[in-house]
Amino acid sequence: MSPAERFARLPDLLAADSDLRRRGGWLTADCRIDIGTEPFYLTLREGALAEFARGPRLLRSVAFSISGTEEAWRRHWQPVPEPGWHDLFALTKRGAASMQGDLRPLLQNLQYFKDLLALPRRLAEAA
Amino acid sequence: MAPAIDPVIGRYVRFEIDGVAHRVYFEEAGPEGGGGIPLVCLHTAGADSRQFRHLLADPAVTERYRVLAFDMPWHGKSTPPDGWERAEYRLTTASYTAAVRAFCKAMELDRPVVMGCSIGGRIVLNLAIEHATEFRALIALEAADFQQPWYDTAWLHRPDVHGGEVCAALISGLIAPQSPAVSRHETLWMYMQGGPGVFKGDLYFYRVDGDLREKVKSIDTRICPLYLLTGEYDFSCTAEDTLRTAAQIPGVKVQVMKELGHFPMSEHPAKFREYILPVLAKIAG
Repeated sequence: MSPAERFARLPDLLAADSDLRRRGGWLTADCRIDIGTEPFYLTLREGALAEFARGPRLLRSVAFSISGTEEAWRRHWQPVPEPGWHDLFALTKRGAASMQGDLRPLLQNLQYFKDLLALPRRLAEAA
Repeated sequence: MAPAIDPVIGRYVRFEIDGVAHRVYFEEAGPEGGGGIPLVCLHTAGADSRQFRHLLADPAVTERYRVLAFDMPWHGKSTPPDGWERAEYRLTTASYTAAVRAFCKAMELDRPVVMGCSIGGRIVLNLAIEHATEFRALIALEAADFQQPWYDTAWLHRPDVHGGEVCAALISGLIAPQSPAVSRHETLWMYMQGGPGVFKGDLYFYRVDGDLREKVKSIDTRICPLYLLTGEYDFSCTAEDTLRTAAQIPGVKVQVMKELGHFPMSEHPAKFREYILPVLAKIAG
């Protein structure tokens, strides 16, 4: 499974995690996550995915976006990631990922987003 | 059944730091008959002495060492000094060094071993540079002469972002994935409890004032042995940062700790003791 294919499973992974949705209960934000060159648009409402769109959307506005290389996400989603690939900020520090836009909703809900973006790790054994 | 009380005693000690009165909380544990080599433990930025609770309760340590872990002023149960509300808290190399030496003096410790983690590790390097004769040995965990910043500390103290939650969420990535979930979340809990702006104020020392590049070359390990230990999952102070620092200090002992991150003593106490017990045994002789 490619990293983008794994990320495409995010709605099921989040739906199965009631604790993460509880922790995101105050979160409402639109953001874009780039898995390599493939964008995903997330419409988050009270911690749940109200909409999840794969692929480019012309003039689609988001609060912030997080981009990572295919290698960054693949290594981040290893069952036990290696040092330097195990956290979102480890990826940005090494230059394998970046964050743009209004980062306030991201920082206000940082553990939620870190855990959300790590969810595909749970697919590792099926990969 | 007898009460299940941890073998740790917590008390307050009063002393001055740079002429300002402080009431500082500390915990200690040592040999049953008293004595022991004093081992002063320094917590990380934005946290408190609870990080060392497992070390304090480890008979393999306390049979030879009198372990003392204190909360830095503004942290844990050490309240800020009178008038704190009128100034922004900022830790500096000078004020941190003064605080550690003042604690050791107030407690009348004879050439203690000092072990610090993160900012505590960085200040240990400064103790080695400026005050080596006062210490029996120095242990710096997750320490380097300088580290590349990886986020803007302005996010740590502003009214629209919960300080405790953002501090914990930022540092959560510095914990190794192998660390037990219960220890990971206990480590995060301490970060969630810091006072407003305190983590940010500590990082002033770390980011702005505490650059020890060049200065570490003057460390003489013949006067005071120095040990550097860094977890491989620490991407704030990386293994490369520590190894680069060690390469400038003749006689230093350096080790990269597998499956550990930035908070070895609290994120995975059982794994940490595999590394620290041999160091403490060597120092005790």
